[in-house]
Amino acid sequence: MKSDSTSGQVIYLPKRKKSYARLNVPNSGNATLTDVLPRAPFDPSGTGFVLARLTPSERPVLWVQDRNSRQENGHLYTPGLHAMGLTQPVLHVTVSHPRDVLWAMEEGAACAGLSAVVGEIHGAPAVLSFTATKRLALRAEAADVPVWLIRSGDPGTLSAARERWRIGALASEAHPHDPQAPGAARWDVSLFRARGRAPGRWVGHHDPLASNATDRLRLVSRSRDGAVASDDQQISDSAR
Amino acid sequence: MISRYRTAPDEAAPIALTRDGPHGPIIHALNGTALERGIRPLARVVDVQAIHPDLHVEQADPPGDQAFLERLTHWARRWCPWTVSDADNGLILDTTGSAHLFGGETALLRDMIQRFAIQGLTARVAMAPTRGAAQALARYGAASTLCDDTDMAPQLDPLPVNALQLEAETARLLDRLGLKTIGALNAVPRSTLMRRFSGLSADRNPLILLDRTLGRAADPVNAPPDAAYFMARTRLAEPVIDPVPYLDGLAQRLCRDLAQAEQGARHLRLTIYRIDGEWRTVDAATARASRDPAHLVKLFDGKLDSMDPGFGFDLLTLEAGRVEPLCLHQDRLDGTRDANADVAALLDRLTARLGAQKVTWSTWSESHKPEDVETLRPALQTEPSAPLTLTVERPIRLLQPAEEVQVLYAVPEGPPSQFRWRRVVYRMTRYTGPERIAPEWWKDRPGTRLRDYYKVEIEDGRRFWLYRDGVVHDGRGGDPRWFLHGFFA
Repeated sequence: MKSDSTSGQVIYLPKRKKSYARLNVPNSGNATLTDVLPRAPFDPSGTGFVLARLTPSERPVLWVQDRNSRQENGHLYTPGLHAMGLTQPVLHVTVSHPRDVLWAMEEGAACAGLSAVVGEIHGAPAVLSFTATKRLALRAEAADVPVWLIRSGDPGTLSAARERWRIGALASEAHPHDPQAPGAARWDVSLFRARGRAPGRWVGHHDPLASNATDRLRLVSRSRDGAVASDDQQISDSAR
Repeated sequence: MISRYRTAPDEAAPIALTRDGPHGPIIHALNGTALERGIRPLARVVDVQAIHPDLHVEQADPPGDQAFLERLTHWARRWCPWTVSDADNGLILDTTGSAHLFGGETALLRDMIQRFAIQGLTARVAMAPTRGAAQALARYGAASTLCDDTDMAPQLDPLPVNALQLEAETARLLDRLGLKTIGALNAVPRSTLMRRFSGLSADRNPLILLDRTLGRAADPVNAPPDAAYFMARTRLAEPVIDPVPYLDGLAQRLCRDLAQAEQGARHLRLTIYRIDGEWRTVDAATARASRDPAHLVKLFDGKLDSMDPGFGFDLLTLEAGRVEPLCLHQDRLDGTRDANADVAALLDRLTARLGAQKVTWSTWSESHKPEDVETLRPALQTEPSAPLTLTVERPIRLLQPAEEVQVLYAVPEGPPSQFRWRRVVYRMTRYTGPERIAPEWWKDRPGTRLRDYYKVEIEDGRRFWLYRDGVVHDGRGGDPRWFLHGFFA
């Protein structure tokens, strides 16, 4: 047990080390802090990835954003969420300083009435230190609320997040009716740091018809099979 | 009796307030000039205007009048502790034992007329031993009548029977019987009349109303209670600088009072009274009624630093500005917590620290413009609702305002083949569109151009939402400009 001097609250550390063998299904005892780093600036695929991983629920999502990130990347547009299979209300919090984003996320992570907390911070401000992410991770695990941190424009500084993903956009699938048109989105998904599971790199896309509604992300291995083969060259190019 | 007029263009002009009747507007109330001309309430406005073309007509606001009268009822407690409203334009004050505080009954009546006049109200006042007699004299008697037990009957006798607050049907029946005044009704043997009116209930029976007016039956004033006011205060022997150590005690006492009354606070105000005579306040609001001391104290976290204590203060008060009924809640048997209560507490903390405008729920409205579909409203004043279901594809992120881009295109009506945004050039590989969104002609200014939206995929796979503002030769400005409005997943 450890006393938290800033807000006078007590954080209870988890009693036993949990296993992170699977993708963390929210509110099932595996909730933790996850970092999402977009590969390119102005890339919304990180947002799409987080939305595909959120659990549909009655309980609201807390979405915290700082002003820089709002100006750079735009704000979440909820009429587009239904296509991502989400039905819960979204509590928007927009603040001017990253310090307030972290505070609001900590408050949200301690509130079991939320289905998830998503924070967006642009750049790598000094307040977003290893300690701050460690506090967030502990709090998320104590209250069992999944916490997502979208760090746009971040070169990949230190973080205590249990899983760190780097997401980039890929050319979309073929449209079923129109060869000229972009089809369903595909992402270049790479898990470059994780606790309890092996890092890897996949081609991911949102699966609205998934049998398991809690996780609508489908990952396809980058191994050479028919559908993905043509993109392999492209992935390795953009990685360099 | 109080007459209240919203706007009075000229004292000498006839003014009428109207309300809706079954066959068009009817007269609701009139000023003195209009009454002198012979206009009567309940007449149809078109008929009256045909006779009096110079009549100034205004819409009446009965609910507003009722609310005003309710406030006035409580304000009138400056003269005595028991006041009620009477019909929709009167007040009844039980001044038993309080007239001497104002220098006697005559002085009290004069004081009332003056104080109502200061507020712009014309008051007709009367004082009598019973409530019925005072009502009758104020509405039908001479101005500022004052009577006591001995001369009550002689003063009431010449008044019409309508002064007894009778129903229209009963008054018409008495009129047909030839009983036109209270004196005449009082003189008739009771047994015959009692038989005729035996079917009427007590508050409609003219004989029982007469008994109450003449003081032969009890008719107490049932005054509504004052609005509850919850405040806890701490007086200090010595001036201090820091209010934090006293906050817990204040909140606990306030919550104890609230619990006794089964109320919860929606708005709190902490006030410090400084020794130099100044005071400072800090406000906090809650998303739903609460009387949890720990939660309420937490709402003041970080706000007390901005409160300037000067050379110290020696009095603190914590008051609940707005309260709502809050019953005791039983905990759930399975031990789980109420998720809605958790979220409400979170809203309180976020709003208290960040400000009401920063913490918002989405609300949706029907609009053509994508940026107007979603509106963010302060969370403390809105209920959350599920996202909108749209049949068209919409981006997941939106730039607000849309940013202009420089575009190369093959044909002016077609999609862009290349565009430059934030000093970077992007080359289009695939697109869908256009999706044409017309301006809202009932709302937009004339000259607003339509928008053609394209979903454009660029070489590295990112998908943008671009629009062209107008089309070439639409007669609404020069060449159309292009904007980037959103991002798809």
